[in-house]
Formats: sequence, C-alpha cells, structure tokens
Amino acid sequence: MPAGLLPEIGERALEHLLLVAVSLGIATGIGIPAGILITRRAALRGWIVGFANVMQTVPSLALFGFLIPIPLIGGIGERTAIVALVLYALLPILRNTLAGILGVDAAVRESAVAMGMTPRQLLWQVEMPLAARTILTGVRVATVATVGTATIAAAIGGGGLGVFIFAGIYSVNTQLILAGALPAAILALAADGGLGWVERRFSLA
Amino acid sequence: MSALVAFRNVSYRIGGREILRDFNLEIDAGETLVLLGRSGSGKTTALKMVNGLIFPTSGQVLVEGKATSEWDRIRLRRRIGYVIQDVGLFPHFTVAQNVGLVPRLEGWPPEKIETRAEELLRSVGLEPRQFAARRPRELSGGQRQRVGVARALAADPPLLLFDEPFGALDPITRLEIQRQFLALRESLGKTAIFVTHDVREAVTLGTRIGLLKDGRLDTLAAPGEFLRTRGAEVEAFLAVLGERRDHAGRVAP
Repeated sequence: MPAGLLPEIGERALEHLLLVAVSLGIATGIGIPAGILITRRAALRGWIVGFANVMQTVPSLALFGFLIPIPLIGGIGERTAIVALVLYALLPILRNTLAGILGVDAAVRESAVAMGMTPRQLLWQVEMPLAARTILTGVRVATVATVGTATIAAAIGGGGLGVFIFAGIYSVNTQLILAGALPAAILALAADGGLGWVERRFSLA
Repeated sequence: MSALVAFRNVSYRIGGREILRDFNLEIDAGETLVLLGRSGSGKTTALKMVNGLIFPTSGQVLVEGKATSEWDRIRLRRRIGYVIQDVGLFPHFTVAQNVGLVPRLEGWPPEKIETRAEELLRSVGLEPRQFAARRPRELSGGQRQRVGVARALAADPPLLLFDEPFGALDPITRLEIQRQFLALRESLGKTAIFVTHDVREAVTLGTRIGLLKDGRLDTLAAPGEFLRTRGAEVEAFLAVLGERRDHAGRVAP
C-alpha cells in the first residue's frame, strides 16, 4: 500500500466514522423511543417493526439509489447517505428495545406496578435498566453493520472509506480497494469490541 | 361501613369467561382473611381488585369505604403491601434498595429509609449487615420471600395482600416463614388478605377463611368452624388433610 495514501486514509476514515456516528445517533434517537412506544401500543407493533423489516430487506445499493430523486432527504451527498444508513440501523435497535422491555420478568413488572410506581417510574427505574443490555446489543449490531454499509455511501458522493473501494474497483487496483476495506474492517472490529465491553458492564442484572 | 375492604356484588368477565360472580365479602381491620380455592376459582382475581390491578366488570370493591375506581391508583397501591409467589424482587437493586422502594417513591429522606430497611430485615430474620448489600440472585428462595415481605411492610401500610407467597418454598422453610408471619401479625396488627390453595396454610394463618368455588363465595367461616362445616367443596379441601385431623377436628401439627 503506497505510503502516500496514509493521510488520505486517515481523512476518509474520519469521514467514515462521522457518517456512522451521526447515522447511529439518529437511529438510536428514533429506534429506542419507537421501541418503547410499541411496548405500550401493541396495535402499532406490526406496522413499525414491519416498516423497519422492509427497509432492511431492500438491497443497500438500491436503497441509496432510490433516495436520490426524493426531494429534501434525497440528492447526492452525505445527507442522503445518512438517511439510508439510519433506515438500515433502525431495525436491530427497535427490535432489541422491544425484546428487552417485553423480556422483563412479569413478576418484577407486576410488583413494580403494585408497589405504586407510575408508568414513568416503571420505565426508567425498572424496565430500562433491565433492558439496557439487550438494547445495547441492538446498538452494537447496528453499529457493526453500519460501518460496513457506509462504504457504499461513496457511490452517491457520501465520502468515507468507500471512496477507495469504488476507485479501486473502477481502476482494477486491489491495493486501493484494500486501502478502504482494511480500515473499514478494523473500525468494525473496534466498534464491536468496544461496545461489547460496555455491554458486559451492564450484565449486573 | 367499618369494613376496611368490601366486595359489593362484584363480577368479573374476561373473554366470555366469568371469573367472579356476584361476589360479596367484607374484611375488617385487624383480621387475616384467607381466600382459599382451587386454581381458577377466582381468588387471585379478587385479590388484585383490592389494589386496583384489576377492576370489576360490575359491582364495586371498596377500600376504606371508597371504590377502587375512585381512588388515585398510585396512592391506593402505596397504601397496600403486596407479596406474590414469584416475589418479583428487582434484580438490579440490592436487598436494602428493594425493601426501601416504596419509602423512596414516597420521598422519605435517605437515612430514614436506610434505618427502616434495616429494622424490617431484622424483623423478618435477616441480619442487615449480612444481607442489605446483596443482590436478590445471591439469596435462597426463602430469603427472597422474606425480603418480599419486608418490602411490602416498608411504608407501614394498613393492609397487606399475599398471593400464595409461600407456595414455592420447601415445607420446612414454609413452616418457618409461616410462624414468622404469625409473629409479625401479632406484633404489627395489620389487616391481611391471603390467597392460598393449601387448606392447612389457611387454617394455620387465617382468622377467617373464605372458600371460593367457580367465582362464588362458597363458605365463609373461622378456622375451627370451617373444619366442622359440611359441603361438597369444603369436604373436598378437608379430605386433603385426611387422617391428620384429630377427633376435635383440629389439624395435627
């Protein structure tokens, strides 16, 4: 790998991380509250999980493509890439929030209600602490997947490590492909390890 | 109107099934009323109506003279201790935090909560220095249920509800904890409603026994009288005691 590429790899890796961080921030910000909502409203559950499921089944390259013509959220560039990445990251976070909260022991929940906890106290003092580990697993799975998927953002001008990969593919240059793929793999492993560590710290309950 | 809890013509239907039918019962302050019955007889449903976990389809449950539907549910529940078979201790809280939960929700100062938790742990036979900082998973089944009882007593509620609290314990532990229950009842003078399917437990712990059958009150009697009552369902329960009844109709220990 040509040493001259190193500064650019660093720059693209930062860009990549930023894409992932912003997308995950938004996906978590939507996914956790939506997950909590559907533990309370069973009628909405099918619709919301269904939507997230469908989003996940669309091939990623196609999803990026579909978004381009859409006004406001579409077009070429980072914004469109972030929208697509958020849609992908949503499902694991949503599903694990739902599973984590519904997985709280029925006797524990019944006790909490019978002791006179308000719905809000039940959520913050009992359900969320006990679901935290499962929810974090969802965030970790979403993060690792997003680090990989974010390489495709380069196809619509979103930047990141995918820039090397696409350039490498077009110029049939394996070294260039590796300049994008290797750091992306390292980032994914680091995210997995780091979040896994945080998760284990939540294994008290 | 002196009854602490009163069921007035209470019926409860769910999914086309009648769990309680025209159920009437008054519980006076200071007594331990045992609701005895088979699985599905409606005893747990009746119990959960007292602290507003379930509301009647028709009729009323009055607590301190006021219908549960008129009570602020949160206030009502914090005035009533609740102990269930699966205990339901909060696994992420220590024993002391579990016991101090209702006082904390009620905004007691931390030192007072701590003192109260220690006092209660001692009263159920758990040495605070040894147990206060443990997590529920580090306790045996009997110890957990003791913590459950201490938690229910924490804010000094006038009324306690027990839903087969000792059903999952081994016979020896159960006997110990029943004795402790009787001693606590003597010293605290609380009113309790106690659900069980164990007729021996009913006779040991109750000041009155209400036998439920198919959602109706079949028999209501003090333990001594209950043992002499004739009737298909009473006799079905008494048959469980078998030859353990001596000639006076009392349960042999």
